[in-house]
Amino acid sequence: MIRYILTKLWQSALTLVLSAVVVFLGVRLLPGDPARAMAGEDASPEQLAAMREQLGLDDSLPAQFMTFLSNLSRGDFGTSTRTGTPVIDLIATTLPVTLWLSAYAIAVAVLVGVLFGVIAERFRGRWPEWFTNGFALLGLSVPNFWLGILAILYLAVGLGWFPASGYVDVLSDPIKGLYYLTLPAVILGTSLAAVIMRQTRASMIETMNTDYVRTAKAKGLSGARVLTRYGLRNSLIVVVTIVGLQLGGLISGAVVTERIFALPGFGKLTLDAVFTRDYPVIEAVVLIITLSYIVINLSVDVLYSVINPRIRIGGGN
Amino acid sequence: MDSGQPILEVKDLEVSFGEGPVLHGVNFTIRRGERVAIVGQSGSGKSTTVGAILGLLPGNGRITGGSITLDGADLGGASEKQLRHIRGRQIGLVPQDPMSNLNPVMKVGAQIADALAANGHQGRDNIRQRAVNLMTEAGIPDAGRRYGQFPHEFSGGMRQRVLIAISLAGEPELLIADEPTSALDVTVQRQILDHLQTLVDARGTSLLFITHDLGLAADRTDRIIVMANGHIVEVGTPEQILLNPQEEYTQQLVAAAPSLLATVTGEELAGASLPVESKAASTTILEVRGLVKEFTLRSQHGKKFLAVDNVSFSVERGTTTAVVGESGSGKTTIARMILGLEQATSGEALIDGKSITASDGAVRRALRRKVQPVFQDPYGSLNPTFSIERLIDEPLRVFKVGNAASRRARVAQLLDQVALPRTMAQRRPNELSGGQRQRVAIARALALEPEMLICDEAVSALDVLVQDQILDLLAELQNRLGLTYLFITHDLAVVRQIAHQVVVMKAGKVVEDGSVEKVFMAPEADYTKELLGAIPGASFAR
Repeated sequence: MIRYILTKLWQSALTLVLSAVVVFLGVRLLPGDPARAMAGEDASPEQLAAMREQLGLDDSLPAQFMTFLSNLSRGDFGTSTRTGTPVIDLIATTLPVTLWLSAYAIAVAVLVGVLFGVIAERFRGRWPEWFTNGFALLGLSVPNFWLGILAILYLAVGLGWFPASGYVDVLSDPIKGLYYLTLPAVILGTSLAAVIMRQTRASMIETMNTDYVRTAKAKGLSGARVLTRYGLRNSLIVVVTIVGLQLGGLISGAVVTERIFALPGFGKLTLDAVFTRDYPVIEAVVLIITLSYIVINLSVDVLYSVINPRIRIGGGN
Repeated sequence: MDSGQPILEVKDLEVSFGEGPVLHGVNFTIRRGERVAIVGQSGSGKSTTVGAILGLLPGNGRITGGSITLDGADLGGASEKQLRHIRGRQIGLVPQDPMSNLNPVMKVGAQIADALAANGHQGRDNIRQRAVNLMTEAGIPDAGRRYGQFPHEFSGGMRQRVLIAISLAGEPELLIADEPTSALDVTVQRQILDHLQTLVDARGTSLLFITHDLGLAADRTDRIIVMANGHIVEVGTPEQILLNPQEEYTQQLVAAAPSLLATVTGEELAGASLPVESKAASTTILEVRGLVKEFTLRSQHGKKFLAVDNVSFSVERGTTTAVVGESGSGKTTIARMILGLEQATSGEALIDGKSITASDGAVRRALRRKVQPVFQDPYGSLNPTFSIERLIDEPLRVFKVGNAASRRARVAQLLDQVALPRTMAQRRPNELSGGQRQRVAIARALALEPEMLICDEAVSALDVLVQDQILDLLAELQNRLGLTYLFITHDLAVVRQIAHQVVVMKAGKVVEDGSVEKVFMAPEADYTKELLGAIPGASFAR
């Protein structure tokens, strides 16, 4: 198992370096000039040149890349060309918002998705299944920005149950923090919940018809125990894989959701950086998104081997 | 123990799925301590009967008539809660396939503990101790350690022992064993059934034994119920059923049961031995010389595994040679190497004096034409999207034989040869029964007029009556076309029925080889003796 994780880590490091190269080149291929964006539309050529030098843009590409890498290796993402603050500080303030939002959304999605999936399987051909199937259809087909706007209109402005925007740090005030995040998290988690529901339903139908479930019933076990330890436990193997694949989509969803609910998160930082050609911030943001993909995949792999003992490598005994 | 009292009474049982009933008026009684077998082929309704008794009918199956009474209580009208109380405690189930009946993500100990907890045992340590005891009783060595292992760390035989431990956890009065060993090798089957029998005898448990194997039923039970198409055909003691069957269907079944044929006495065997066509018998068509296949195990740090260890034998033209062995003996690997599907590590296989293992390109293609395979699973080996015609003429297309019209004529001829109607050419595999599919597989193998067929467990997925028909067909084709067969099988009974020569394999090595008469009548190797002794139904041989 340890060896397996080490191999994965090594592969991850390689992915990260490669993505650093791609990001560095990609950003420089974008149309637009950060020096002009910084210095303003009517800056003189001298001002532009000075700005270029200050930003290190007059070096050759390889030289720029070496500086970029060596800074990166020291954990230095540089300074935002737009605000002049260190990129690391910008990330430190915005990343937690997005992490809380995503974690909350995943929790909601897994809870609702698995529950609805089990309900759909248990009540096949009856109204609870039609209801959950309808939910899944809507969740998958309705774009979440529209859902978000509806939620703000009716639940926040109309009924006043939830705040329409704003963020409270979850660590300093957990209850209020989570309360503020509830609406965005539900909206962000809807499509994931729909995917999980469909997947859980499908794999529950399969597992509940297996021989070992019949044998479990023949033991005289209670229905609940058969459902959870025999049915659900095996169904979740498939569900976890699907969730892992879907989590990437959550990041792009977060960008939109943060925009709608005016959350000061990572998504907002990303958008602002792209609009202003803020090279250091874009580079840092993309690298961190890459890193999060890697971490997610690695956790899914590890989680997968925890719930499915057959693939535990070098495990057992 | 009030023996003689009925524990289970099934009266006029009728079970339906959807429209029509699949069980019709099934009647039988099991008395305390009695062992009863239900024998039937697939689709006979034997497993449906079990499902009805346990209240575990699959899908939309339901009891539509008659009654099932356990210890005086009606099971048909029992609620799910009452049934749950009965399952495990009063009726234990040993299911069929040890590979699919254990929860793959749960430790085996926990699965036994589950059954104990459901049947009223309490206390973690107490339950664990009982579970370990049950495992030991079921014949699992080192049970304390193996308690914490997962099903995939157990062999098939060991898994079946776990399932036996589970079935006995609630100390049921009636144990239903539904084909408990049909997925296992014969020697393992015997050990497990012997063990099950001691456990059942010691507890005075009644046994309902479901099987497709008449010999097995006769060996293990006091009374046999023969079922077909949802009806009970005949009921009687093993002696009555095997030696004096009344109904025509039972007579057919007894006549086809290969395990009974395998144990024919000496004189009969000598007289009945298969004639070898003398004109063809003198030349060797296949020669296997020092064949070795080594696999590298990736999961175990590149450790080597010898699947086939220096195997040599030869096959005479126009004869049948059986390679017999249990799972893991390397018999299929040999077949694959002869077919050129697997690279030999060393040694060679010669067809008509030319090495197929060392050849490639055109030579290999020419050799492949002479040797065609028939595989085990008639469901998996035919592409479901192809028509029967397309399936059979594929080898002709591959080798660019003839034109469309001549190929069509050849397919019709081949269908005739395997006794399938010509109209079947335009149908698809899913419309055919298992036996028909295997006929299609044989027709395809014959398309290129090969000299030799390699049949890898070609009849082991079929019911006995169908198996018998396919073996007859193969024998007839051999006589007519002078074919040579290399017959890979785990079933000694089939060997006796079809082969002239036999090669017994164990763990990659040839243990014994020779003529069928010699190996069956005067086996030299202990392993051969063990295999022969494990064939059920020996005491009822005719």
